[in-house]
Amino acid sequence: MEFRNHTLENGLQIVAECNGQAYSTALGFFVKSGSRDETGAIAGVSHFLEHMVFKGTPTRSPDDVNREFDEMGAHHNAFTNEENTVYYAAVLPEYQDRAVELLADILRPSLREDDFDTEKQVIIEEIWMYDDQPPFGADEKCRAAFYGSYPLGHSVLGTVESITDLPVEMMREYFRRRYSPGNIVLAAAGRIDFHALVACARRCCGSWEPLEVSRTIEQPTPHEGFQTIHKQTATQQYAMQLAGGPAAEDHDRYAAKLLATVLGDDSGSRLYWELIDPGLAEHAALNHCEYQGAGLMMTSMSCQPNSAEENLQRILDVYRRAEADGITPAELEMAKSKVRSRIVLSGERPRGRLFTLGSDWVYRREYRSIADDLDAVTAVTLDEVTAVLAKYPLTHSTTVTIGPLAELPPPK
Amino acid sequence: MTNAILSHTFSNGLVLVAEPMMWLGSAAFTCLVPAGSVHDPAELSGLGGFTCEMALRGAGKRDSRRFVLDLDNLGVERHESVSSAHTGFSGATLAENLSTALGIFADVLRRPRLPTEQLEAARAVCLQELHAVEDEPAQKLMIELRRRHYPDPWGRPAQGEQQSLEAITIDQVCRHFDRRYRPGGAILGVAGRFDWEELKDHVAGLLGDWEPRAAEPVAEKAAGAKYKHLPYQSNQTQIGIAWPSVPYRDRDYFQAWGAVGVLGSGCSARLFTEVRERRGLCYSVYAVYHTLRDRAAVFCYAGTSADRAQETLDVTLGELTRLTNGIEENELGRLKARIKSALIMQQESSAARSSAVARDWYHLGRVRTLDEVGRLVDALTCRSINAYLAEHPPDDFTIVTLGPRKLEVPVGVS
Repeated sequence: MEFRNHTLENGLQIVAECNGQAYSTALGFFVKSGSRDETGAIAGVSHFLEHMVFKGTPTRSPDDVNREFDEMGAHHNAFTNEENTVYYAAVLPEYQDRAVELLADILRPSLREDDFDTEKQVIIEEIWMYDDQPPFGADEKCRAAFYGSYPLGHSVLGTVESITDLPVEMMREYFRRRYSPGNIVLAAAGRIDFHALVACARRCCGSWEPLEVSRTIEQPTPHEGFQTIHKQTATQQYAMQLAGGPAAEDHDRYAAKLLATVLGDDSGSRLYWELIDPGLAEHAALNHCEYQGAGLMMTSMSCQPNSAEENLQRILDVYRRAEADGITPAELEMAKSKVRSRIVLSGERPRGRLFTLGSDWVYRREYRSIADDLDAVTAVTLDEVTAVLAKYPLTHSTTVTIGPLAELPPPK
Repeated sequence: MTNAILSHTFSNGLVLVAEPMMWLGSAAFTCLVPAGSVHDPAELSGLGGFTCEMALRGAGKRDSRRFVLDLDNLGVERHESVSSAHTGFSGATLAENLSTALGIFADVLRRPRLPTEQLEAARAVCLQELHAVEDEPAQKLMIELRRRHYPDPWGRPAQGEQQSLEAITIDQVCRHFDRRYRPGGAILGVAGRFDWEELKDHVAGLLGDWEPRAAEPVAEKAAGAKYKHLPYQSNQTQIGIAWPSVPYRDRDYFQAWGAVGVLGSGCSARLFTEVRERRGLCYSVYAVYHTLRDRAAVFCYAGTSADRAQETLDVTLGELTRLTNGIEENELGRLKARIKSALIMQQESSAARSSAVARDWYHLGRVRTLDEVGRLVDALTCRSINAYLAEHPPDDFTIVTLGPRKLEVPVGVS
């Protein structure tokens, strides 16, 4: 594995982890554009724009775009979250140039009004679809309650109203600013011809006009609270709980991930033995999410409504015990084994490496090999985990539950 | 691009089938035990899933806590599931941990503790899973579609039903285990970095003396009505359409698979193009091929808001009819490119290959190498696929809808 990087004159950054032994090539454009960059008037525009990117360019119709991805046999897709929109494709190495050329071309979309109107319907269908699936609603409400006016509280999908009211001009304006080359990283993993990659990127993206673009990163002021959304049609009760955690730039993110594994992994964790093994909950997990300048420890749980109150109390008690007594050396070692094994397994596929490579560069302008990550996990000490528990108490959180219960008392 | 497929049949009937992938650092296994949901007694649906849950609660010298702890310490990413034909146990881990992981699972297959004191916890887990489906309208729809399309017990959902799950006793679990967990018909697929002779000897030591038990036949009953609407309070209406296809071991399988691919997989597939891209009718629409050993089906899905559901159903059915007019060269070219790329990328995942070799053995009694699949795909032509479609046009539909209102389904279906 060899790491290479290059920045075009207009600011577009190219990073690659080249592995001559790989069977495939994974390519992705990481655009720093997400719901945290939106205002209320354009809520959901980043995600809507992600859909519109596939709707054609001056030289390609929407059908051409879909057809050409399939002609290469590409495994491709795109996703939008709070702070990034990622367009990616995994292809056989012989298609490297063609895949870069296609991805680059669609990143300069036509944004035609009739396509915009048709796609609006698809977005609204997507919102309706999620709305039929609890815990949808609770997660966004919980983010909003936890972050208050801080932009990471914004909804990624937007609402049916915000999407319906969005004029195409506002999307075009948003696109012009956020998709400036200096705001984009082209990442590649697997069998890569780096020289050809840079040449192709220069040819396809070199003329993109650089514009000043920024993202204001302030310190969030987390809120605490507890609320219940009544959704009569749901069968199970769902809970989402947010507490602070290390940000993407913080070294203690490794300790936070191990802590989350000890307390809330889907197998063998404290929440597993407390809630899943005895059949008290269908799902219970603690995850660490990292963002630019902020981080979250996110607890999620679903269960039959009549056990929701008791389960939330049990979760709080698990967290209280952890804060009071810490975790054991054996728990930490087990978590390290699991996390290391997952790093190796997911790293065997170029498309698994692509997301790590891209995020590492977007967040920290840093290359980390699999070995670097394994070493970082191995090096975490009990003291560091204890420090995370102290700095980001899980017992201070915002909780939102959704389900058939009209009311649910907060745990004591 | 392909590796040798290695296999060994033990005297008790167990088959070990393996594919070395020496460029990987990992190894994975998939063990299929002939304890699928078709063997659940009708009044005890979900018994196979319940038994699987109990089998994981301690085995051999390990109690349930030790079992989970040891696998976690080995970094085994594991997954268990019950299909109509099998209960499957699979795991992927660093290559050096494969032997130990197999040893732990051999205990599950042969010496589970099936602890009475954990029966209620296991029951609660099964009931939680059953209830969770109620909040997943698309999944709920597809379960019902399958149940109606295949003759019982082949369409029977593995997760069982409330009443039967509530009634299952420890004796029934133990008896089910004794009868169903047996080496005859069991297949252990392994892929990744390993030494074949060592693996074979290790598995011989673990499972070579697993006592055989008699196989039992499955009695079939007719499938349900052709159209069913499930009332459900939701924004969207879920639409499911199924029709018969030929099974994986049929000589026409690749033709059938190719036709489904043109219709419903990939972003330039007909359904995606016509239903979503041109008309914006839905976010999700697809058709997939599904096979049992002796029968197969195409399952087609679309989810859309209730007031556009009728149009979505009509457009979708229109595409199914249009398919019989034949597919075109450019569609076939794209299909081949996608299949070829998927085949090559399978080489990057030991977990994907371990499950593929085990499934191939079940259906064919051998494994098709990736080279062989490549040649069969190359041999596909528009003519061959269109000839298949002329002989097996999509019809005899089973349709299930789920949502606030029933839909008009064409004459001949209802």
